[in-house]
Amino acid sequence: MPFKPVFLWTDVLVYVLLISAVVFIVSVRRREHLLAPWRKVARSPYGMCALVVLLCFLLVGLLDSLHFRARLDSKDNQGRANYAAKVLSMLDVLATPLRARTEKTYSEPLAVYSFAKETVTKADGTQSREFPRLRHAGTHLSNPLEQRYSDISRRVMGGVGLAAGLWIAFSMLAATWIAQNRNASFGTTVTQMIRGESGIPWRAMLITLGLLLLVVCPVLMLSARYHVFGTDKVGQDVLYQTLKSIRTGLVIGTLTTLIVLPFALALGVMAGYLRGWVDDIIQYVYTTLNSIPGVLLIAASVLLSQVWMDRHPELFETLTERADVRLLLLCVILGITSWTGLCRLLRGEALKLRESDYVQAAHALGVSHWRVMVRHLLPNLMHIVLISIVMDFSGLVLAEAVLSYVGVGVDPSMISFGTMINNARLELAREPAVWWSLAAAFIFMFLLVLSANLFADSVRDAFDPRMRSGWSLPFRRRLALAAPPR
Amino acid sequence: MLAYLIRRVLYAIPVLIGVNLFTFALFFYVNSPDDMAQMQLGQKRVTPEAIEKWKAERGYNKPMFVNAGAKGSKKLTDTVFFQKSASLFYFDFGTSDDGRDIGYEIEQRMWPSLAIALPSFLAGLACYISGALILAFFRATQLDFWGVVLCVAAMSVSGLFYIIGGQWLVSKLWHWVPISGYAGGAESWRFVLLPVLIGVAGGAGASARLYRTIFLEEMGKDYVRTARAKGLSEAKVLFGHVLRNGMIPILTGVVVAIPSLFIGSLVMESFFGIPGLGSYTIDAIQSQDFQIVRSMVFLGSFLYILGLILTDISYTLADPRVRLR
Repeated sequence: MPFKPVFLWTDVLVYVLLISAVVFIVSVRRREHLLAPWRKVARSPYGMCALVVLLCFLLVGLLDSLHFRARLDSKDNQGRANYAAKVLSMLDVLATPLRARTEKTYSEPLAVYSFAKETVTKADGTQSREFPRLRHAGTHLSNPLEQRYSDISRRVMGGVGLAAGLWIAFSMLAATWIAQNRNASFGTTVTQMIRGESGIPWRAMLITLGLLLLVVCPVLMLSARYHVFGTDKVGQDVLYQTLKSIRTGLVIGTLTTLIVLPFALALGVMAGYLRGWVDDIIQYVYTTLNSIPGVLLIAASVLLSQVWMDRHPELFETLTERADVRLLLLCVILGITSWTGLCRLLRGEALKLRESDYVQAAHALGVSHWRVMVRHLLPNLMHIVLISIVMDFSGLVLAEAVLSYVGVGVDPSMISFGTMINNARLELAREPAVWWSLAAAFIFMFLLVLSANLFADSVRDAFDPRMRSGWSLPFRRRLALAAPPR
Repeated sequence: MLAYLIRRVLYAIPVLIGVNLFTFALFFYVNSPDDMAQMQLGQKRVTPEAIEKWKAERGYNKPMFVNAGAKGSKKLTDTVFFQKSASLFYFDFGTSDDGRDIGYEIEQRMWPSLAIALPSFLAGLACYISGALILAFFRATQLDFWGVVLCVAAMSVSGLFYIIGGQWLVSKLWHWVPISGYAGGAESWRFVLLPVLIGVAGGAGASARLYRTIFLEEMGKDYVRTARAKGLSEAKVLFGHVLRNGMIPILTGVVVAIPSLFIGSLVMESFFGIPGLGSYTIDAIQSQDFQIVRSMVFLGSFLYILGLILTDISYTLADPRVRLR
């Protein structure tokens, strides 16, 4: 094989999560009563637009979760192939030009000359201080000062053209697929979509996709020859860093919930349903954990895990694996400190449900406690679990940034939004200021968290009508609802 | 109510013991004093004698729980656990690893923390509640819609960017206030202003939206309809009835935070170089001074439990229907 697959711990868990999501979707599709709230989500324009953006982030994150080590040309003594010590991901391969083309130090977005002056020795032996050409950006231009703008605008136009082509192709495909699904003609489907009468807000979703393509394609075209977001202190492309950060954020946001769930579900349901001394003990445990200031507990646990990892270097084959285990530990620690909130919610709801008629009926029929909890309580608590999962996601992405800034987040060698901000935060004080690293981290983080927030809102509106946030309803309908009663 | 409060206070004791044991186990078993000494003295060229000396100076050379070699009550008191943990219960925090008195440090650093946290808290609460009331008053209009859009956008920005952006804009570009630092007395407002502004702005999105939801939910209730039916103006309904009743869920979240204002904010204080408890803790975390971290954890949990009890009391004040038994 030309490569050796590497399964990092977080990769495996990400796959598990992906598979269980697919299983969940398949099982929901078969049951009408479970499907109903999801239909509501699918009709919410904000939620679905956010989903389009989220799926793009997810795609990048998944590509970055397929790791391998490339085979080297040399062989070892026994004739077996040697593999590179560096673990790469699919995303790294796709973004090889971005990853490999490092400059000496800072360069501005789309620049062709370096950001700092250097002493250059000319052909005739004289030395002078000037801004040297960058090693990898705009090297195809013979006279960059004159050609740069026309080259950039040509590339942007090319990108826009590509985006338009892709968008039209994709819209056609979508329309054909919907038309086939509904047994309608292609023409009527397109008219419905344009008028926004298709139930699922295809029009809004396609517009979102179009806007995304309009940004992504020109950036793609430009990144072939320029550093679109500039380079950082060690000359690494900032666009590449932001792409790599996406996976870290997604992993923290999703895997933490995976760790929270079993704790919160088991303990919450048991406390609420069994009551008595079980309730007392569980309440005591979560009050105690809750009363410890969260950041301190996380910081302390991360430090301890770091000491443990320093003492056992033999467990990790590569630096990437080490950083990955630290990421997983961070998820575990965040999970352990944050299951208490969900647990308390579930306990309260279980207390209420245990008095309901169907549980009484189950008791009368002689159903065991265990079975009542699993078959009767659990399914009726799932909406709370789901709401809290989607609501917590964005908070966890933000928490990662703060923790990494404080120095107790992910491994410093791992690229994440937090480490990016931490590395860049003193650059604003430079003269002239280096702003692009922060700006790039800001834009990507904002997009990710905003779309997660919007999607979470529409999920909550669909599953918990009482807590209506009130703005994912179409505007006119909201007016009707909110008018003072006669 | 008194009986209830006494029971709550008694209930706090096992929780605090739990916190104490937990941090003790975390810091002294998972990470033994030998590791700490090694870390403090540097990885290289550490002799066993140096480690022993370091431990003896700080009292880590004793047995963990039971000192078999000592006599009488010293069997229990002359141990690491008693020396480092039990004294926390009467707020004797001991000395940090660099030999300073933690209690004195806390006393000194509490005031800068309060000077930032208290104004942020009060100004924030006033802004968020009035903002939420405005949105609720103009519900289902363009103003409400764009207000909520703004809130969602604001809560999607990481707090770090509020700090970095605020510092850059206000201090570096406009030179209105110093970038960081702190001074006591009359000059202090110049140092306090920016962190407070950023603190208020950073929490605005999430809080205003939450409070708006609370007010809107309250507006759907029967008593509001009754009030409207008897011909009260919308403003009177909002301020006289809805605000008062909406305060109860708001109080739940807010009163818990009051005691922990002492601790301050880790990130804010370290960014602005404010010599408060937050930056003290973060420095301790980074230099792995666990006695300080444990003291702050203990103080934090104590204040949290105090906050829970205060919340219960505030319920009875805000809502006469609540009786604590």
